[in-house]
Amino acid sequence: MDIDVAFFQNDLLPALNRGLWVSLALIIPASTIGFVCGIILGCARTFGSRFVKKLGDAFTALVRGVPLAIQLLFIYYALPKLGIYFEPYGAALTAFIICTSAYQSEYVRGALLSIRRGQILAAKALGFTPMKTILFIIIPQAARRALPGCGNEIIYLIKYSSLAYLVTCMELMGEGKVVASDTFRFMEVFLVVGLYYLAMVTLATLLLNAIERKSHIPGFRAR
Amino acid sequence: MTAKQPVLEVHNIGLTVGSKTILEDCSLTLCPGELKVLIGPSGAGKSTFLQCINFLQMPDTGHIILEGKTIDQKNKAALCTYRTKVGMIFQDFKLFDHLNALDNVAIALRKVRGMTKNAAKERALQELARVNLSEQTTLYPAQLSGGQKQRVAFARALAMDPIILLLDEPTSALDPELVGEVLTVIRDLASHGMTMIMATHQMDFIRSISTEIIFMEKGRIVEQGAPESLLNDAVQSRTKQFYQSLSSL
Amino acid sequence: METFTSLFAGALKTMHVVLDALPSIVSGSVVTLGIVFGALTIGLVIGLFFALLHVYGAPWQRLLVSLYVWFFRGFPILVLLFLGYGCFAAMGLPMHPFLIATIVLGLTSCAYQSQIFRGAILSLRGGQMQAARALGMRDSQAIFSIIIPQALRLSIPGWTNEYSILLKDSAICFVLGTQDIMAKTAFAAARTHEHLALYAAAGVLYFFLTLVIVKLLNRVEQAFHIPGYTSSSGEQNL
Repeated sequence: MDIDVAFFQNDLLPALNRGLWVSLALIIPASTIGFVCGIILGCARTFGSRFVKKLGDAFTALVRGVPLAIQLLFIYYALPKLGIYFEPYGAALTAFIICTSAYQSEYVRGALLSIRRGQILAAKALGFTPMKTILFIIIPQAARRALPGCGNEIIYLIKYSSLAYLVTCMELMGEGKVVASDTFRFMEVFLVVGLYYLAMVTLATLLLNAIERKSHIPGFRAR
Repeated sequence: MTAKQPVLEVHNIGLTVGSKTILEDCSLTLCPGELKVLIGPSGAGKSTFLQCINFLQMPDTGHIILEGKTIDQKNKAALCTYRTKVGMIFQDFKLFDHLNALDNVAIALRKVRGMTKNAAKERALQELARVNLSEQTTLYPAQLSGGQKQRVAFARALAMDPIILLLDEPTSALDPELVGEVLTVIRDLASHGMTMIMATHQMDFIRSISTEIIFMEKGRIVEQGAPESLLNDAVQSRTKQFYQSLSSL
Repeated sequence: METFTSLFAGALKTMHVVLDALPSIVSGSVVTLGIVFGALTIGLVIGLFFALLHVYGAPWQRLLVSLYVWFFRGFPILVLLFLGYGCFAAMGLPMHPFLIATIVLGLTSCAYQSQIFRGAILSLRGGQMQAARALGMRDSQAIFSIIIPQALRLSIPGWTNEYSILLKDSAICFVLGTQDIMAKTAFAAARTHEHLALYAAAGVLYFFLTLVIVKLLNRVEQAFHIPGYTSSSGEQNL
């Protein structure tokens, strides 16, 4: 197989670089907003009233039980029936935020529940107020426990951001598909598209590992 | 020749890991019915020495002769056969966690000796009865006490009909009140003439039962001899010093 | 009153459409489950093999497995599906969407499952391998009768999780033209313009399939449960 340099230089890479910016514009806001929502949802599911807990659990189970593709198509094609209209980009971003917050809340909840009772008792015995217990005892421990899972979720989001293509949002995947369909060079195009994602995933993994190493405490098990 | 032929000869075993010498020039011979005891401070290399004798750790130097035949440590099949003849009891039992007591004993009979399921079961029941565990055959390791686990481990090793048994501190992971039941098994084996090498810290036991004491320190064998001669009131040996430090605890 | 009647009529019509499309959508679950279980099986066989290579293999074998895992975990499923499509086309293989989807999902699941099994093997209590060797077992015997039975048991929760991930991933395969739940739903929706009700119905179906099989696998886990048996990731003595 000859490598057609001109094809890569003139057609493929410019299109993919254009798509990369759209992908980043999806991933970065979705992961940050989703993470914050996930923390709120996770806390609500752990400390909320019975009703709030039930509601949060139901929402999380629903989002986790239904494929992201369906959620996306639902938001893009079905919500207009109820008078809610989305641009492709807006639909994708909304779906990703909802999905990420549900998954993140699961890790946050697990981390909060894993804090041993003794830690809270010990803080109480030393005269910590509930607020101070949360700030100085619970959060530092829970954050470390939640880190691997939450990090993984961000990596998943990077990959699943490619589903935005299903609602015609022209990100990395969408741009790649257009070039592939025009030239019928599926193998080369999608190998390169995949390498873009692989690079993003690898970069994110390295970054998360660095954070995990920095915050490591000897003998403190992540899970 | 009426003198006892040695059944096992261990010659000049040495092991180096990285730049650290773990074992150096360790030798011993074992005649049928003997019980040799390895003692020494922790980190002396007793455990590693026993594992080298069973080739669970491959020694860098030295060779081992079993019943007059030198063992070729490169020949994997020969090693497997050798290991069935030289049984091993571990400090932490190492029972197979997914098998109940009966299957723990039976599995090697089936897979290594090629016995049928029923024959293996029958033999396993016999061995378990011998260590007084007829009632516990269907229990899983997690449901057994430490002493019971170690007795299953004995049954498992003995079922292979070993010529020699290596015991790596068989009682040191046990609660004090459970030590007795395991020592009973060992005493019983010794009285039936089982040839054994045992690393242990049970001093009263050492004195009453061993035929020879081997004292190790920093990967070397420092002294060896009959308990009477090494622990005699008259002598001043390293062994005796160590022995006294144990007794003063 | 009039608006109420028209709303009611609309709801009736929607219900009619959904009921009409339901047999077709439900029949798609055969294809969906076919893809999922096909992929799970491919992933189980190759994944277990890879895990053993990763733990007991030579350095170059470990590197190879690590590279495989890195590659398949870094590529989105959607990209892999089209890449698989391209590979099939380039190699002149039959362009059967079901086949391509199953193989692509299977090879991806293999990367994840190898990590599940590897984690399970590494978490086995120390010295299982050593104890087996001390009884004269060959390494292959020890792996088959001691290590794998334990590792498989410990892998069931991870496997349950992998199933629900694969089920959700399978909903992307319709881009290749598989006749799964998603494809049938999209087709019915495009024809009738009842996107809301139809996608909701499909969502419920996926949710139901997740629930049923997860419950089933939890039963399996119970059936294979051994009293007091938990992994200890403390010691790692291979």
